Amino acid sequence: MGVLIDPFRYTFMQHALFAAVLIGVTCAVLGVYVVQRRMAFVGDAMAHTTLPGLVVAHLWGWNLAVGGLAAAVVTAVCIAWVSRRQQVKEDTAIGVVFTGMFAVGVLLMSRTRSYRDLSHMLFGNVLGVTTQDLYLIAGVAVVVLMVLWLFHKELELTSFDPTHAEVIGLKAGLMRLLLLGLLALAVVTGIQAVGVILTNALLVTPAAAAALLTDNFPRRMLIAAVLATGCAVAGLVASYLLEASSGASIVLACTTTFLIVSLGASVYRSLLSADSTT
Amino acid sequence: MSDPLFPYSRGRHADPTPDAPALVTDRLTVCYPGTQRFALREVSVRANRGSRVALVGPNGAGKSTLLKAVAGLLPIASGSVQIYGNPVGACHHRVAYLPQRGDIDWSFPIPVSRFVLTGRYVHLGWCRRPDNRDREVVTAVLNRLGLGNLADRQIGRLSGGQQQRALLARALAQGADLLLLDEPLNAVDAETRDIIDTVMADLRGEGKTLLVATHDLGRLADVFDSAVYLQAGALIPAPVGAFCGAPCCAPVAEEASWAS
Repeated sequence: MGVLIDPFRYTFMQHALFAAVLIGVTCAVLGVYVVQRRMAFVGDAMAHTTLPGLVVAHLWGWNLAVGGLAAAVVTAVCIAWVSRRQQVKEDTAIGVVFTGMFAVGVLLMSRTRSYRDLSHMLFGNVLGVTTQDLYLIAGVAVVVLMVLWLFHKELELTSFDPTHAEVIGLKAGLMRLLLLGLLALAVVTGIQAVGVILTNALLVTPAAAAALLTDNFPRRMLIAAVLATGCAVAGLVASYLLEASSGASIVLACTTTFLIVSLGASVYRSLLSADSTT
Repeated sequence: MSDPLFPYSRGRHADPTPDAPALVTDRLTVCYPGTQRFALREVSVRANRGSRVALVGPNGAGKSTLLKAVAGLLPIASGSVQIYGNPVGACHHRVAYLPQRGDIDWSFPIPVSRFVLTGRYVHLGWCRRPDNRDREVVTAVLNRLGLGNLADRQIGRLSGGQQQRALLARALAQGADLLLLDEPLNAVDAETRDIIDTVMADLRGEGKTLLVATHDLGRLADVFDSAVYLQAGALIPAPVGAFCGAPCCAPVAEEASWAS
């Protein structure tokens, strides 16, 4: 038990723990929708497009989250706008936009010649979270979870039957825009924990594991949140003990959890089918 | 039935005009989305309250397009649609639309009872949760369609016929007065066919109006009061010897009395 508690004697580790758990839970719960609506690529793209915003904020001395959020909101609006037109397929347009934005970010960064800061943006720096950052992360968690709770029945309906939603006057496009907005918020905090490149793992991996365990949507969210919490703690402890990158450790904890769950689920299923054949 | 606090679309609770037919389309023209090509051209159809009208025609004739235009899913290029004397969109709660099965993502994890519950959402609007009354409505329609024992099953694990019944159950749960059914009997088993037939017969007794796209020419006279024939997006006269029933493509002039 000492191994688990020992690292958290330090204030920076306590901050990191709070941040990682809040971010993990927010992303995992939202991720259940991301996975079900096959928006994983959109999440990844949105994380990458924040880079120029982060760099500009860094150069001008703003809070990084503000710059990241601005870039993410621009992306969300762009995606919604692009998907209204039929000539270019949505995933193609996203691919074009996000790689372009990411390249702009790298170019801007190379002008500053600060590769330590660049690596924090790319791979996260949850150990460097300030009190101010924590307030922001907690705020985002509250907003995202509240909105998901308030609009669950509308988000659910537009996910599987946008036609019926339109017939009763509920705009499916509006709910998609709402989800993209939440995604932008979650991604901006996710970047603080695991960085631009790995943020998608927080959205997708715990939710994918939860999807293997239950068909009940609210329960999926709960399981994803619990898994994400466990992975945040385990990842932080491992990174402390092994003196390894915290972001990568948290993501690997998620990946390992997913592998174990999917292995367990397939064993369980083969046991079930063996039962039914005998 | 109480009104929602925050309805999904404003003006959705317009009152019906007294004596207006359930549905009148006047020279309704609809284009395929994003094109200038006509999907429907100058189609005038009338369904009196409590009548059952069949839409008959080959694939691509415009049956689904007509239903979607009335449901407000497709923009109207010209002409008009009046539902109980109101334009499309002024009375969402009065109109239920049963889509073809392929329009729904059946892999979404949701049990049958909750799927049918979505039929109540138009009465709830934003931020209001379904209450016991809504659940009672759902239980009643599930039993009516022989799905009572499947209430907790995932929609993805239903047979085709059961999915079709779940769709009709949701349309009934909505409590709408005008039901637009897009091929409700397409590729269903005998049990489902019998149940849906019975329900459609009962609905007439309840004063509901049905507009149904169908391929089943043999039984038109048994199930419907009248039939409308569509081909290539336009109305055509009933083929010789085919069931026609009460006329429901009345000239527009006759509608002027109540429309003005």
